[in-house]
Amino acid sequence: MTFDPAKIRAQFPIFEVPATGGAALHYLDSAATAQVPDVVLDAVRTHDATARGNIKRGVHFLAERATEAYEGAREKVADFLNASPSEVIFTSGTTAAINLVAHSFGQSLEAGDEVVVSELEHHSNMVPWQMLRDRSGIVLKYLPVTADGRLDLEALESTVTDKCKLIAVTHVSNVTGAVTNVSAIVAAAKAVGARVLLDGAQRASHGPVDVAALGVDFYAMSSHKMFGPSGVGVLWGRAELLADMPPFMGGGEMIRSVTKDVTTFADPPARFEAGTPPITQVVGMGAAIDWIGTLDQEAVTSHLNRLTERVLNGIADLGGGNGRIKVVGPQGLQERYPVISFDINGAHPHDICQILDGHGVALRGGHHCAQVFMDAMDLAGTSRASLGPYSDDSDIDALFAGLEDAIERLT
Amino acid sequence: MNDALYHKAVMRMAATSKGAGGLENPGATATVDNPLCGDRVTMDVTLADGVITEVGHKVRGCVLCQASASTIGEHAVGQRAEDVKRVQGRILGMLNGAVDKTPEPWTEDVSAFEPVTPHKSRHKCVLLPFDALVEALDNA
Repeated sequence: MTFDPAKIRAQFPIFEVPATGGAALHYLDSAATAQVPDVVLDAVRTHDATARGNIKRGVHFLAERATEAYEGAREKVADFLNASPSEVIFTSGTTAAINLVAHSFGQSLEAGDEVVVSELEHHSNMVPWQMLRDRSGIVLKYLPVTADGRLDLEALESTVTDKCKLIAVTHVSNVTGAVTNVSAIVAAAKAVGARVLLDGAQRASHGPVDVAALGVDFYAMSSHKMFGPSGVGVLWGRAELLADMPPFMGGGEMIRSVTKDVTTFADPPARFEAGTPPITQVVGMGAAIDWIGTLDQEAVTSHLNRLTERVLNGIADLGGGNGRIKVVGPQGLQERYPVISFDINGAHPHDICQILDGHGVALRGGHHCAQVFMDAMDLAGTSRASLGPYSDDSDIDALFAGLEDAIERLT
Repeated sequence: MNDALYHKAVMRMAATSKGAGGLENPGATATVDNPLCGDRVTMDVTLADGVITEVGHKVRGCVLCQASASTIGEHAVGQRAEDVKRVQGRILGMLNGAVDKTPEPWTEDVSAFEPVTPHKSRHKCVLLPFDALVEALDNA
Protein backbone atom coordinates (compact mmCIF):
# COMPACT_ATOMS: atom_id res chain seq x y z
CA MET A 1 0.00 0.00 0.00
CA THR A 2 1.32 3.46 -0.85
CA PHE A 3 1.69 5.58 2.25
CA ASP A 4 1.12 9.32 1.85
CA PRO A 5 2.74 11.32 4.66
CA ALA A 6 1.17 14.47 3.24
CA LYS A 7 -2.23 13.20 4.38
CA ILE A 8 -0.78 12.66 7.84
CA ARG A 9 0.92 16.09 7.93
CA ALA A 10 -2.35 17.74 6.97
CA GLN A 11 -3.78 16.56 10.29
CA PHE A 12 -1.04 18.33 12.28
CA PRO A 13 -1.46 22.13 12.47
CA ILE A 14 2.11 22.58 13.73
CA PHE A 15 3.34 22.11 10.17
CA GLU A 16 1.67 25.38 9.20
CA VAL A 17 3.96 27.22 11.60
CA PRO A 18 6.98 28.73 9.84
CA ALA A 19 10.28 27.61 11.27
CA THR A 20 13.31 29.83 11.92
CA GLY A 21 13.78 32.40 9.19
CA GLY A 22 10.43 31.53 7.63
CA ALA A 23 11.62 28.14 6.44
CA ALA A 24 9.23 25.20 6.25
CA LEU A 25 9.30 23.10 9.41
CA HIS A 26 11.14 19.83 9.15
CA TYR A 27 10.44 18.16 12.49
CA LEU A 28 12.97 15.45 13.23
CA ASP A 29 12.66 15.42 17.02
CA SER A 30 9.71 13.07 17.60
CA ALA A 31 11.74 11.06 20.10
CA ALA A 32 11.80 14.15 22.31
CA THR A 33 8.11 14.83 21.84
CA ALA A 34 5.71 13.88 19.09
CA GLN A 35 3.43 16.42 17.45
CA VAL A 36 -0.30 16.42 18.10
CA PRO A 37 -3.03 15.88 15.47
CA ASP A 38 -6.24 17.93 15.20
CA VAL A 39 -8.37 15.13 16.63
CA VAL A 40 -6.40 15.19 19.88
CA LEU A 41 -6.46 18.99 20.09
CA ASP A 42 -10.21 18.85 19.45
CA ALA A 43 -10.74 16.15 22.07
CA VAL A 44 -8.95 18.20 24.72
CA ARG A 45 -10.89 21.34 23.92
CA THR A 46 -14.20 19.53 23.66
CA HIS A 47 -13.71 17.84 26.98
CA ASP A 48 -12.98 21.09 28.79
CA ALA A 49 -15.81 22.84 26.95
CA THR A 50 -18.50 20.20 27.47
CA ALA A 51 -17.48 17.66 30.13
CA ARG A 52 -15.12 19.34 32.54
CA GLY A 53 -15.70 18.20 36.08
CA ASN A 54 -13.79 16.42 38.77
CA ILE A 55 -14.05 12.68 38.52
CA LYS A 56 -15.57 9.96 40.67
CA ARG A 57 -16.64 11.91 43.72
CA GLY A 58 -19.40 14.10 42.34
CA VAL A 59 -22.97 13.07 41.43
CA HIS A 60 -23.82 15.93 39.09
CA PHE A 61 -23.88 15.31 35.37
CA LEU A 62 -20.48 16.90 34.68
CA ALA A 63 -18.80 14.69 37.26
CA GLU A 64 -20.38 11.64 35.69
CA ARG A 65 -19.48 12.78 32.19
CA ALA A 66 -15.86 13.46 33.19
CA THR A 67 -15.59 10.13 35.00
CA GLU A 68 -16.91 8.30 31.96
CA ALA A 69 -14.39 10.07 29.74
CA TYR A 70 -11.51 9.36 32.12
CA GLU A 71 -12.34 5.70 32.63
CA GLY A 72 -13.05 5.37 28.94
CA ALA A 73 -9.50 6.47 28.23
CA ARG A 74 -8.24 3.89 30.71
CA GLU A 75 -10.06 1.19 28.75
CA LYS A 76 -8.47 2.44 25.55
CA VAL A 77 -5.01 2.18 27.13
CA ALA A 78 -5.85 -1.30 28.40
CA ASP A 79 -6.86 -2.41 24.90
CA PHE A 80 -3.68 -0.84 23.49
CA LEU A 81 -1.64 -2.94 25.91
CA ASN A 82 -3.80 -6.08 25.78
CA ALA A 83 -4.33 -5.77 29.51
CA SER A 84 -7.05 -5.24 32.08
CA PRO A 85 -8.11 -1.66 32.91
CA SER A 86 -7.51 -2.40 36.60
CA GLU A 87 -3.82 -2.83 35.76
CA VAL A 88 -3.52 0.58 34.07
CA ILE A 89 -2.35 3.44 36.28
CA PHE A 90 -2.27 6.99 34.97
CA THR A 91 0.84 8.92 36.01
CA SER A 92 2.45 12.16 34.87
CA GLY A 93 4.65 10.23 32.44
CA THR A 94 7.19 7.45 32.07
CA THR A 95 9.49 9.01 34.66
CA ALA A 96 6.74 9.09 37.28
CA ALA A 97 5.71 5.55 36.36
CA ILE A 98 9.20 4.19 36.94
CA ASN A 99 9.60 6.18 40.14
CA LEU A 100 6.32 4.65 41.33
CA VAL A 101 7.72 1.16 40.80
CA ALA A 102 11.05 2.08 42.40
CA HIS A 103 9.29 3.41 45.49
CA SER A 104 6.40 1.01 45.80
CA PHE A 105 7.68 -2.28 44.43
CA GLY A 106 11.04 -1.19 45.79
CA GLN A 107 9.72 -1.44 49.34
CA SER A 108 9.60 -5.22 48.92
CA LEU A 109 13.36 -5.29 48.24
CA GLU A 110 15.97 -5.71 50.96
CA ALA A 111 19.60 -4.66 51.25
CA GLY A 112 21.66 -6.98 49.08
CA ASP A 113 18.85 -7.66 46.60
CA GLU A 114 19.89 -6.83 43.07
CA VAL A 115 18.27 -4.67 40.41
CA VAL A 116 19.69 -4.78 36.89
CA VAL A 117 19.42 -1.82 34.52
CA SER A 118 21.63 -1.16 31.50
CA GLU A 119 24.18 1.35 30.29
CA LEU A 120 21.73 2.27 27.54
CA GLU A 121 19.04 3.62 29.84
CA HIS A 122 17.50 7.06 29.85
CA HIS A 123 18.07 8.73 33.20
CA SER A 124 14.39 8.14 34.02
CA ASN A 125 15.14 4.40 34.17
CA MET A 126 18.43 4.77 35.97
CA VAL A 127 18.25 7.54 38.53
CA PRO A 128 15.18 6.16 40.40
CA TRP A 129 17.07 2.88 40.92
CA GLN A 130 20.18 4.73 42.05
CA MET A 131 18.02 6.58 44.56
CA LEU A 132 16.57 3.24 45.74
CA ARG A 133 20.09 1.90 46.06
CA ASP A 134 21.11 4.87 48.19
CA ARG A 135 17.96 4.60 50.33
CA SER A 136 17.79 0.89 50.93
CA GLY A 137 21.10 -0.78 50.11
CA ILE A 138 20.02 -2.78 47.08
CA VAL A 139 22.79 -3.59 44.65
CA LEU A 140 22.40 -1.87 41.30
CA LYS A 141 24.04 -3.58 38.35
CA TYR A 142 24.41 -2.42 34.77
CA LEU A 143 24.08 -4.61 31.70
CA PRO A 144 26.73 -3.27 29.33
CA VAL A 145 26.14 -2.01 25.80
CA THR A 146 27.68 -3.25 22.60
CA ALA A 147 29.64 -1.07 20.20
CA ASP A 148 26.51 -0.70 18.05
CA GLY A 149 24.39 0.66 20.86
CA ARG A 150 22.45 -2.45 21.89
CA LEU A 151 22.19 -4.31 25.17
CA ASP A 152 25.02 -6.82 25.50
CA LEU A 153 23.06 -10.01 25.98
CA GLU A 154 26.22 -12.07 26.33
CA ALA A 155 26.62 -10.42 29.71
CA LEU A 156 23.13 -11.42 30.86
CA GLU A 157 24.14 -14.65 32.50
CA SER A 158 26.95 -13.09 34.51
CA THR A 159 24.95 -9.98 35.42
CA VAL A 160 21.62 -11.56 36.41
CA THR A 161 22.21 -13.67 39.50
CA ASP A 162 19.80 -15.42 41.85
CA LYS A 163 19.83 -12.24 43.97
CA CYS A 164 18.23 -10.28 41.14
CA LYS A 165 14.68 -9.18 41.86
CA LEU A 166 14.06 -6.87 38.91
CA ILE A 167 15.48 -6.18 35.45
CA ALA A 168 14.52 -2.70 34.23
CA VAL A 169 15.50 -1.91 30.66
CA THR A 170 14.46 0.12 27.68
CA HIS A 171 12.13 -1.36 25.08
CA VAL A 172 13.57 0.94 22.39
CA SER A 173 16.59 3.18 22.99
CA ASN A 174 15.97 6.92 22.80
CA VAL A 175 19.55 7.39 21.59
CA THR A 176 20.24 4.56 19.16
CA GLY A 177 16.77 3.34 18.23
CA ALA A 178 17.85 -0.23 19.07
CA VAL A 179 15.06 -2.62 20.01
CA THR A 180 15.69 -4.76 23.07
CA ASN A 181 15.44 -8.54 22.77
CA VAL A 182 12.68 -8.69 25.35
CA SER A 183 12.28 -12.48 25.25
CA ALA A 184 15.94 -12.91 26.23
CA ILE A 185 15.54 -10.45 29.11
CA VAL A 186 12.34 -12.15 30.30
CA ALA A 187 13.96 -15.59 30.09
CA ALA A 188 16.93 -14.42 32.14
CA ALA A 189 14.62 -12.88 34.72
CA LYS A 190 12.36 -15.94 34.95
CA ALA A 191 15.36 -18.20 35.45
CA VAL A 192 16.09 -16.45 38.76
CA GLY A 193 12.56 -15.47 39.72
CA ALA A 194 13.03 -11.78 38.94
CA ARG A 195 10.51 -9.33 37.50
CA VAL A 196 10.91 -7.22 34.34
CA LEU A 197 10.11 -3.56 33.78
CA LEU A 198 10.22 -2.13 30.27
CA ASP A 199 10.60 1.57 29.54
CA GLY A 200 8.27 1.84 26.58
CA ALA A 201 8.49 5.61 26.04
CA GLN A 202 10.02 5.30 22.55
CA ARG A 203 8.07 2.22 21.46
CA ALA A 204 4.48 3.17 22.25
CA SER A 205 4.07 5.63 19.37
CA HIS A 206 4.54 2.78 16.92
CA GLY A 207 1.36 0.92 17.71
CA PRO A 208 -0.17 -1.44 20.28
CA VAL A 209 2.09 -3.21 22.76
CA ASP A 210 1.02 -6.68 23.86
CA VAL A 211 2.34 -6.84 27.42
CA ALA A 212 0.90 -10.32 27.87
CA ALA A 213 2.85 -11.63 24.89
CA LEU A 214 5.99 -9.80 26.00
CA GLY A 215 5.80 -11.53 29.36
CA VAL A 216 6.96 -8.48 31.31
CA ASP A 217 5.67 -7.30 34.67
CA PHE A 218 5.68 -3.52 34.36
CA TYR A 219 5.45 -1.25 31.31
CA ALA A 220 5.84 2.53 31.30
CA MET A 221 4.96 5.00 28.56
CA SER A 222 4.30 8.70 27.98
CA SER A 223 1.38 10.33 26.18
CA HIS A 224 3.41 13.19 24.71
CA LYS A 225 5.64 10.79 22.81
CA MET A 226 2.61 9.10 21.26
CA PHE A 227 0.84 12.11 19.76
CA GLY A 228 -1.01 12.98 22.95
CA PRO A 229 -0.84 15.79 25.50
CA SER A 230 2.11 16.20 27.81
CA GLY A 231 1.80 15.68 31.55
CA VAL A 232 0.30 12.21 31.47
CA GLY A 233 1.59 8.70 31.05
CA VAL A 234 0.89 5.15 32.08
CA LEU A 235 2.27 2.48 34.31
CA TRP A 236 0.92 -0.95 33.49
CA GLY A 237 1.61 -3.58 36.16
CA ARG A 238 0.56 -7.19 36.66
CA ALA A 239 -2.50 -7.35 38.89
CA GLU A 240 -0.90 -9.69 41.41
CA LEU A 241 2.09 -7.35 41.81
CA LEU A 242 0.03 -4.18 42.10
CA ALA A 243 -2.19 -5.86 44.71
CA ASP A 244 0.78 -6.24 47.06
CA MET A 245 2.40 -2.85 46.38
CA PRO A 246 1.95 -0.06 48.95
CA PRO A 247 0.90 3.39 47.75
CA PHE A 248 3.50 5.77 46.31
CA MET A 249 1.74 9.03 47.08
CA GLY A 250 -0.99 9.66 49.62
CA GLY A 251 -4.04 11.89 49.32
CA GLY A 252 -7.54 11.86 47.91
CA GLU A 253 -8.91 9.12 45.67
CA MET A 254 -6.43 6.46 46.79
CA ILE A 255 -8.06 5.76 50.15
CA ARG A 256 -10.80 3.47 51.34
CA SER A 257 -11.23 5.15 54.72
CA VAL A 258 -9.34 7.73 56.74
CA THR A 259 -9.30 8.29 60.50
CA LYS A 260 -6.84 10.12 62.68
CA ASP A 261 -5.05 6.91 63.48
CA VAL A 262 -5.61 4.51 60.60
CA THR A 263 -6.05 4.91 56.90
CA THR A 264 -6.87 2.05 54.56
CA PHE A 265 -6.14 2.19 50.90
CA ALA A 266 -8.10 1.59 47.74
CA ASP A 267 -7.44 -1.25 45.36
CA PRO A 268 -5.32 -0.64 42.29
CA PRO A 269 -5.34 1.34 40.11
CA ALA A 270 -6.92 3.98 42.36
CA ARG A 271 -4.38 3.19 45.08
CA PHE A 272 -1.70 4.72 42.87
CA GLU A 273 -3.64 7.72 41.55
CA ALA A 274 -3.58 10.14 44.48
CA GLY A 275 -5.21 13.52 44.01
CA THR A 276 -7.03 14.93 41.03
CA PRO A 277 -5.39 13.41 37.99
CA PRO A 278 -4.68 15.22 34.69
CA ILE A 279 -8.22 14.42 33.53
CA THR A 280 -8.25 16.47 30.36
CA GLN A 281 -4.84 15.17 29.36
CA VAL A 282 -5.94 11.58 29.97
CA VAL A 283 -8.88 12.15 27.62
CA GLY A 284 -6.38 13.53 25.10
CA MET A 285 -4.21 10.45 25.50
CA GLY A 286 -7.25 8.30 24.75
CA ALA A 287 -7.87 10.31 21.59
CA ALA A 288 -4.22 9.84 20.62
CA ILE A 289 -4.57 6.09 21.00
CA ASP A 290 -7.66 6.22 18.81
CA TRP A 291 -5.66 8.17 16.23
CA ILE A 292 -2.82 5.64 16.29
CA GLY A 293 -5.48 3.00 15.64
CA THR A 294 -6.43 4.70 12.37
CA LEU A 295 -2.95 4.19 10.93
CA ASP A 296 -1.91 1.28 8.75
CA GLN A 297 1.09 0.41 10.91
CA GLU A 298 2.59 -1.84 8.27
CA ALA A 299 2.55 1.00 5.76
CA VAL A 300 3.91 3.48 8.33
CA THR A 301 6.72 1.09 9.25
CA SER A 302 7.62 0.56 5.62
CA HIS A 303 7.64 4.32 5.02
CA LEU A 304 9.77 5.05 8.08
CA ASN A 305 12.16 2.23 7.24
CA ARG A 306 12.68 3.73 3.78
CA LEU A 307 13.40 7.16 5.25
CA THR A 308 15.66 5.67 7.93
CA GLU A 309 17.59 3.81 5.27
CA ARG A 310 17.99 7.07 3.32
CA VAL A 311 19.52 8.66 6.40
CA LEU A 312 21.77 5.72 7.24
CA ASN A 313 23.02 5.36 3.68
CA GLY A 314 23.30 9.05 2.87
CA ILE A 315 24.79 10.47 6.01
CA ALA A 316 28.20 8.90 5.60
CA ASP A 317 28.69 10.64 2.24
CA LEU A 318 28.10 14.12 3.59
CA GLY A 319 30.96 16.57 3.91
CA GLY A 320 33.05 14.57 1.49
CA GLY A 321 32.64 11.31 3.36
CA ASN A 322 35.90 9.87 4.70
CA GLY A 323 34.25 8.73 7.89
CA ARG A 324 33.65 12.24 9.17
CA ILE A 325 30.10 11.34 10.19
CA LYS A 326 29.44 8.12 12.09
CA VAL A 327 26.10 6.67 13.08
CA VAL A 328 26.06 5.86 16.80
CA GLY A 329 23.99 2.72 17.14
CA PRO A 330 22.75 0.04 14.76
CA GLN A 331 24.06 0.65 11.27
CA GLY A 332 21.12 -0.99 9.48
CA LEU A 333 17.38 -1.44 9.69
CA GLN A 334 17.30 -4.68 11.68
CA GLU A 335 15.82 -4.48 15.13
CA ARG A 336 15.71 -0.72 15.26
CA TYR A 337 13.23 2.14 15.18
CA PRO A 338 13.58 5.47 13.32
CA VAL A 339 15.82 7.13 15.90
CA ILE A 340 19.26 7.83 14.44
CA SER A 341 22.11 9.34 16.45
CA PHE A 342 25.29 10.44 14.78
CA ASP A 343 28.61 12.06 15.59
CA ILE A 344 30.41 14.50 13.33
CA ASN A 345 34.13 14.62 13.94
CA GLY A 346 35.10 18.13 14.97
CA ALA A 347 31.57 19.47 15.34
CA HIS A 348 29.59 19.76 18.56
CA PRO A 349 25.97 18.58 18.54
CA HIS A 350 24.71 21.93 19.81
CA ASP A 351 26.38 23.79 16.97
CA ILE A 352 25.08 21.23 14.48
CA CYS A 353 21.53 21.56 15.79
CA GLN A 354 21.74 25.36 15.85
CA ILE A 355 22.79 25.45 12.22
CA LEU A 356 20.14 22.91 11.28
CA ASP A 357 17.56 25.12 13.03
CA GLY A 358 18.51 27.83 10.58
CA HIS A 359 17.40 25.45 7.84
CA GLY A 360 14.06 24.79 9.54
CA VAL A 361 15.20 21.38 10.76
CA ALA A 362 14.37 20.48 14.36
CA LEU A 363 17.09 18.13 15.53
CA ARG A 364 18.21 17.21 19.03
CA GLY A 365 21.79 17.41 20.28
CA GLY A 366 23.45 16.51 23.55
CA HIS A 367 23.51 13.54 25.87
CA HIS A 368 19.78 12.80 25.51
CA CYS A 369 19.51 12.06 29.24
CA ALA A 370 21.80 9.09 28.68
CA GLN A 371 25.12 10.23 30.12
CA VAL A 372 26.16 6.72 31.12
CA PHE A 373 25.68 5.55 27.53
CA MET A 374 27.69 8.52 26.26
CA ASP A 375 30.51 7.66 28.69
CA ALA A 376 30.43 4.05 27.42
CA MET A 377 30.78 5.37 23.85
CA ASP A 378 33.42 7.94 24.91
CA LEU A 379 31.24 10.73 23.57
CA ALA A 380 29.98 13.95 25.17
CA GLY A 381 26.81 13.72 23.11
CA THR A 382 25.34 13.05 19.71
CA SER A 383 23.06 14.74 17.22
CA ARG A 384 19.82 12.82 16.81
CA ALA A 385 17.20 12.68 14.09
CA SER A 386 13.96 10.91 15.03
CA LEU A 387 11.09 10.39 12.63
CA GLY A 388 7.32 10.19 12.95
CA PRO A 389 4.53 9.18 10.57
CA TYR A 390 4.43 12.80 9.34
CA SER A 391 8.10 12.69 8.27
CA ASP A 392 8.77 12.75 4.54
CA ASP A 393 11.55 12.95 1.97
CA SER A 394 11.70 16.74 2.16
CA ASP A 395 12.70 16.38 5.81
CA ILE A 396 15.60 14.12 4.85
CA ASP A 397 16.59 16.47 2.00
CA ALA A 398 16.64 19.39 4.45
CA LEU A 399 18.59 17.33 6.99
CA PHE A 400 21.30 16.57 4.44
CA ALA A 401 21.46 20.17 3.19
CA GLY A 402 21.71 21.47 6.73
CA LEU A 403 24.41 18.98 7.67
CA GLU A 404 26.48 19.95 4.62
CA ASP A 405 26.23 23.58 5.77
CA ALA A 406 27.14 22.62 9.34
CA ILE A 407 30.16 20.63 8.25
CA GLU A 408 31.38 23.48 6.08
CA ARG A 409 31.00 26.05 8.87
CA LEU A 410 32.30 23.99 11.74
CA THR A 411 35.07 21.73 10.46
CA MET B 1 20.72 33.57 11.59
CA ASN B 2 23.55 31.08 11.32
CA ASP B 3 25.81 33.74 9.82
CA ALA B 4 25.05 36.05 12.73
CA LEU B 5 25.81 33.44 15.35
CA TYR B 6 28.77 31.72 13.75
CA HIS B 7 30.47 34.85 12.52
CA LYS B 8 34.18 35.22 11.83
CA ALA B 9 35.15 36.62 15.24
CA VAL B 10 33.53 33.78 17.18
CA MET B 11 34.93 31.13 14.83
CA ARG B 12 38.40 32.73 15.08
CA MET B 13 38.26 32.83 18.86
CA ALA B 14 37.18 29.19 19.02
CA ALA B 15 39.86 28.11 16.57
CA THR B 16 42.56 30.11 18.37
CA SER B 17 41.55 28.51 21.66
CA LYS B 18 43.90 30.73 23.63
CA GLY B 19 44.84 29.11 26.93
CA ALA B 20 43.80 25.60 25.93
CA GLY B 21 45.45 22.65 27.63
CA GLY B 22 45.29 23.54 31.29
CA LEU B 23 48.19 24.33 33.66
CA GLU B 24 50.72 21.87 34.99
CA ASN B 25 50.65 23.23 38.56
CA PRO B 26 47.63 25.48 38.95
CA GLY B 27 47.07 27.42 42.14
CA ALA B 28 43.37 26.61 41.92
CA THR B 29 41.06 24.74 39.61
CA ALA B 30 37.37 24.19 39.04
CA THR B 31 35.31 21.97 36.78
CA VAL B 32 31.80 22.97 35.81
CA ASP B 33 29.27 20.99 33.79
CA ASN B 34 26.29 22.09 31.74
CA PRO B 35 23.74 19.41 32.71
CA LEU B 36 21.59 20.21 29.71
CA CYS B 37 24.13 19.17 27.10
CA GLY B 38 27.03 17.48 28.86
CA ASP B 39 29.55 20.24 28.14
CA ARG B 40 32.36 20.49 30.66
CA VAL B 41 34.94 23.20 31.36
CA THR B 42 37.94 22.84 33.64
CA MET B 43 39.61 26.15 34.42
CA ASP B 44 43.06 26.32 36.02
CA VAL B 45 44.38 29.55 37.47
CA THR B 46 47.43 30.78 39.35
CA LEU B 47 47.45 34.04 41.29
CA ALA B 48 50.08 36.24 42.91
CA ASP B 49 48.87 38.91 45.32
CA GLY B 50 45.36 38.43 44.02
CA VAL B 51 46.34 38.99 40.39
CA ILE B 52 45.95 36.21 37.81
CA THR B 53 49.37 35.26 36.49
CA GLU B 54 48.41 32.13 34.57
CA VAL B 55 45.19 30.67 33.24
CA GLY B 56 44.50 27.49 31.30
CA HIS B 57 41.44 25.56 30.34
CA LYS B 58 40.18 22.22 29.08
CA VAL B 59 36.89 22.50 27.24
CA ARG B 60 34.54 19.80 26.08
CA GLY B 61 32.02 22.02 24.42
CA CYS B 62 30.50 23.78 21.46
CA VAL B 63 31.98 26.62 19.42
CA LEU B 64 30.46 29.26 21.72
CA CYS B 65 31.92 27.58 24.79
CA GLN B 66 35.33 27.28 23.16
CA ALA B 67 35.27 30.91 22.02
CA SER B 68 34.32 32.08 25.50
CA ALA B 69 37.15 30.07 27.06
CA SER B 70 39.52 31.52 24.49
CA THR B 71 38.42 35.01 25.54
CA ILE B 72 39.46 34.15 29.07
CA GLY B 73 42.79 32.84 27.81
CA GLU B 74 43.31 36.11 25.92
CA HIS B 75 42.41 38.59 28.67
CA ALA B 76 42.40 37.04 32.15
CA VAL B 77 46.12 37.33 32.93
CA GLY B 78 46.72 40.54 34.86
CA GLN B 79 43.12 40.69 36.09
CA ARG B 80 41.81 40.30 39.60
CA ALA B 81 38.81 38.22 40.69
CA GLU B 82 36.60 41.30 40.87
CA ASP B 83 37.56 42.23 37.29
CA VAL B 84 36.58 38.78 36.05
CA LYS B 85 33.30 38.90 37.94
CA ARG B 86 32.54 42.29 36.44
CA VAL B 87 33.09 40.90 32.93
CA GLN B 88 30.96 37.87 33.80
CA GLY B 89 28.22 40.27 34.90
CA ARG B 90 28.59 42.29 31.68
CA ILE B 91 28.19 39.19 29.55
CA LEU B 92 25.18 38.04 31.56
CA GLY B 93 23.67 41.50 31.26
CA MET B 94 24.35 41.67 27.54
CA LEU B 95 22.73 38.27 26.99
CA ASN B 96 19.70 39.55 28.88
CA GLY B 97 19.51 42.66 26.72
CA ALA B 98 21.36 45.22 28.84
CA VAL B 99 23.62 47.75 27.12
CA ASP B 100 26.97 48.57 28.73
CA LYS B 101 29.33 50.60 26.62
CA THR B 102 32.10 50.79 29.24
CA PRO B 103 35.30 50.19 27.31
CA GLU B 104 37.74 47.69 28.72
CA PRO B 105 40.22 45.17 27.31
CA TRP B 106 37.58 42.47 27.00
CA THR B 107 35.03 44.67 25.19
CA GLU B 108 35.62 43.62 21.60
CA ASP B 109 35.61 39.92 22.40
CA VAL B 110 32.60 40.16 24.71
CA SER B 111 30.61 41.95 22.03
CA ALA B 112 31.27 39.01 19.69
CA PHE B 113 28.70 37.08 21.78
CA GLU B 114 25.95 39.66 21.36
CA PRO B 115 24.22 37.62 18.58
CA VAL B 116 23.68 34.85 21.16
CA THR B 117 21.23 37.12 23.02
CA PRO B 118 17.98 35.82 21.43
CA HIS B 119 19.06 32.18 21.83
CA LYS B 120 18.43 31.62 25.53
CA SER B 121 19.26 27.91 25.27
CA ARG B 122 22.83 28.91 24.27
CA HIS B 123 23.50 31.47 27.01
CA LYS B 124 25.00 28.83 29.27
CA CYS B 125 27.43 27.85 26.52
CA VAL B 126 28.97 31.34 26.71
CA LEU B 127 28.79 31.63 30.49
CA LEU B 128 30.14 28.18 31.40
CA PRO B 129 33.86 29.07 31.12
CA PHE B 130 33.32 32.19 33.22
CA ASP B 131 31.41 30.16 35.81
CA ALA B 132 34.39 27.80 35.97
CA LEU B 133 36.88 30.65 36.26
CA VAL B 134 34.94 32.39 39.01
CA GLU B 135 34.66 29.10 40.91
CA ALA B 136 38.40 28.55 40.53
CA LEU B 137 39.10 32.05 41.78
CA ASP B 138 36.79 31.47 44.75
CA ASN B 139 38.73 28.25 45.45
CA ALA B 140 42.09 30.07 45.36
